[in-house]
Amino acid sequence: MACSATPKIVHGPLPTNSLRSAEKSDSSCKFMGPSSFFGSKSLNKKLFSVNKAVSSVGHRSAAVVAVSSDVVKEKKLKSSSSLSNLLITREEGLVLYEDMILGRAFEDMCAQMYYRGKMFGFVHLYNGQEAVSTGFIKLLKKEDCVVSTYRDHVHALSKGVPARQVMSELFGKTTGCCRGQGGSMHMFSKEHNVLGGFAFIGEGIPVATGAAFTSKYKREVFKEDCDEVTLAFFGDGTCNNGQFFECLNMAALWKLPIVFVVENNLWAIGMSHLRSTSDPEIWKKGPAFGMPGVHVDGMDVLKVREVAKEAVGRARRGEGPTLVECETYRFRGHSLADPDELRDPAEKAHYATRDPIAALKKYILENNLASEADLKAIEKKIDEELEEAVEFAEESPVPARSQLLENVFADPKGFGIGPDGRYRCEDPKFTEGTAQV
Amino acid sequence: MAAMLQSFGVSSASVAFSDHSAKLSVRSLPVIRSEARSISCPTNGTRCTRKITTKAVAVENPASAASKPGHELLLFEALREGLEEEMERDPRVCVMGEDVGHYGGSYKVTKGLADKYGDLRVLDTPIAENSFTGMAIGAAMTGLRPIIEGMNMGFLLLAFNQISDNCGMLHYTSGGQFTIPTVIRGPGGVGRQLGAEHSQRLESYFQSIPGIQMVACSTPYNAKGLMKAAIRSENPVVLFEHVLLYNLKERIPDEEYVLSLEEAEMVRPGEHVTILTYSRMRYHVMQAAKTLVNKGFDPEVIDIRSLKPFDLYTIGNSVKKTHRVVIVEECMRTGGIGASLTAAINENFHDYLDAPIVCLSSQDVPTPYAGTLEEWTVVQPAQIVAAVEQLCQ
Repeated sequence: MACSATPKIVHGPLPTNSLRSAEKSDSSCKFMGPSSFFGSKSLNKKLFSVNKAVSSVGHRSAAVVAVSSDVVKEKKLKSSSSLSNLLITREEGLVLYEDMILGRAFEDMCAQMYYRGKMFGFVHLYNGQEAVSTGFIKLLKKEDCVVSTYRDHVHALSKGVPARQVMSELFGKTTGCCRGQGGSMHMFSKEHNVLGGFAFIGEGIPVATGAAFTSKYKREVFKEDCDEVTLAFFGDGTCNNGQFFECLNMAALWKLPIVFVVENNLWAIGMSHLRSTSDPEIWKKGPAFGMPGVHVDGMDVLKVREVAKEAVGRARRGEGPTLVECETYRFRGHSLADPDELRDPAEKAHYATRDPIAALKKYILENNLASEADLKAIEKKIDEELEEAVEFAEESPVPARSQLLENVFADPKGFGIGPDGRYRCEDPKFTEGTAQV
Repeated sequence: MAAMLQSFGVSSASVAFSDHSAKLSVRSLPVIRSEARSISCPTNGTRCTRKITTKAVAVENPASAASKPGHELLLFEALREGLEEEMERDPRVCVMGEDVGHYGGSYKVTKGLADKYGDLRVLDTPIAENSFTGMAIGAAMTGLRPIIEGMNMGFLLLAFNQISDNCGMLHYTSGGQFTIPTVIRGPGGVGRQLGAEHSQRLESYFQSIPGIQMVACSTPYNAKGLMKAAIRSENPVVLFEHVLLYNLKERIPDEEYVLSLEEAEMVRPGEHVTILTYSRMRYHVMQAAKTLVNKGFDPEVIDIRSLKPFDLYTIGNSVKKTHRVVIVEECMRTGGIGASLTAAINENFHDYLDAPIVCLSSQDVPTPYAGTLEEWTVVQPAQIVAAVEQLCQ
């Protein structure tokens, strides 16, 4: 079976060239280990495996107990390209396109700014994974919560945090979304319900579980009509961490309205997923805890969106959590400090051909949802937005010394009582940031 | 209020020498900081402190019990009372921990609460400290006010990631956008031959974490008051209880009261030496104080209560008066609360000291199981007496 170099667009969802199988070019598979499970034919046939029954654990090539989304099945059967077949409307298509372009352009601008000495420290870019962020987050309401990891710029942008605030935060300016105190790995927004931004992998998952717990609490204790859901994004490396498993257990146990989204980009810095994980099929770990496990092509925003609709819908209806494994890839290194020498150039080249933005663009154009000019206009708009964001960040002030002690405590009485009998926070030097605390 | 102060003056609380009238900080609507900080101490001290109790537990006079205001209870019941009052007052307050619900808590602090408030407000968690602590933090960020119980404080070592990174630091890294009004509480300290791992003093490990407050309760009265204060605080507060103090009995007010998280408690005013202590060591100190008084010394005993931050006002005033300091703690010598307190006093009140600060801590030893060895790891009253005698000569 020949491996097509570019994704073939048919009417309906993009086909699964998503399998990292042995059927692909040899060079991209040299380092991948056993190929049988990834290339199992049964996976080939079913695009969406919502594993509602207990999975046949341990049988890598066993038939997947799958319940394909009805919507998708429908689309597959029809061959005519009438508008009613398409997965998205024109408006939706443009929203998705704009969000992905924003994500990509923003991250590219970050790289530029970093090398120009405008931002510092550890910066982890999201290039290549935009389909996951856009596919999921564009379905959410403002009240829904998103929790991410250190690779959080684009999650924040997709959720609605203005680019200028994120850029400003990265520049360490006081106008940043966290007043310059968080940085690249700690993007928070109370307004848009972005609950972080965490530097240690896995430590955000319990926080997300807690946000989902609050949603359930509001329904059951406050008797409110609350259907807010929480999305937790994290990577393949995190799926070997205790907090992941502990939270899968608790979320399923209490049927929390949460979706666990695994962005499996195959690499945890220089550690290949296959070298660190006894059973690399992460989606299978869901049923072990009593929730569906789904695998989806994370380079295809439309497929991600379809799966996301189901998973978010489940959570909203109170049916409990879902584990979604998105197969995706990061085009850049782990961070801007990563020389990225371990990954096979052929692997990178392969995934470059599955660029989610190019794929969506092709889909939109081939289905006449919009014209080339429309898309170019979006790209231009984003470019301008980013120029403005950088300008805003450049011109914003750095935090004054007075900011140093301000947000350590919500109630600054926590700094205690000084020798003179006054609370330290009442000391005028406190607001100057020079008080002894 | 005045009447209450009077009655406390002659209280026969089983907690010897505890003087609530010296410091009654009641928070009704506005926070009222205690004005009656220092009772004027004539050379012989006040009436309440000159009572030398020969028994460790004062015997309640049945005839007078009925006429006394307040009600008597044990420390764990006082904690529960405080907790229940806050849960009644604010539906956002909830409890999470192992065996807090159906079992009622391993030390019965949450007994009956699950029946009253349901399984969601008093949540029995699986054994996953790091994750349920993180979950409580996520819930706090989104509007709830959870209380996390560590079945033993030592277990919370597993939650250090969440306590340090998210509890302590998240308010700051989010630029002040999210508050974490959680209370982390549980029994710690050296018990009766519980073995090394169940006898840990986590206050020394947590003290450097920015953004948290730490308090230690030692009497039913301050246990209830601190519990309520911790729950109402917008800051994350770690409330240290002690395994051996849960059955202390005391008469506490019927009226609602909330104590200040940042203030220390004057236990026994004195002139010759300042003894700073907290939690269980308070009782070893008071036992030593009996002996010292008999020998003619006049120690001032302060229960610092607030382990982070230190109440440098109360402590400072005492140092300025007595010029000699003994710290008695249960933490290990290295890096304990005593070590920090020594540094803070030296830094701030060096000029007032007539002698170097003496810090009595537990041995830097994993608490042994054998009773004799265990006894030698913690500070005993005889050592306190000897230290004061030496210091005051």
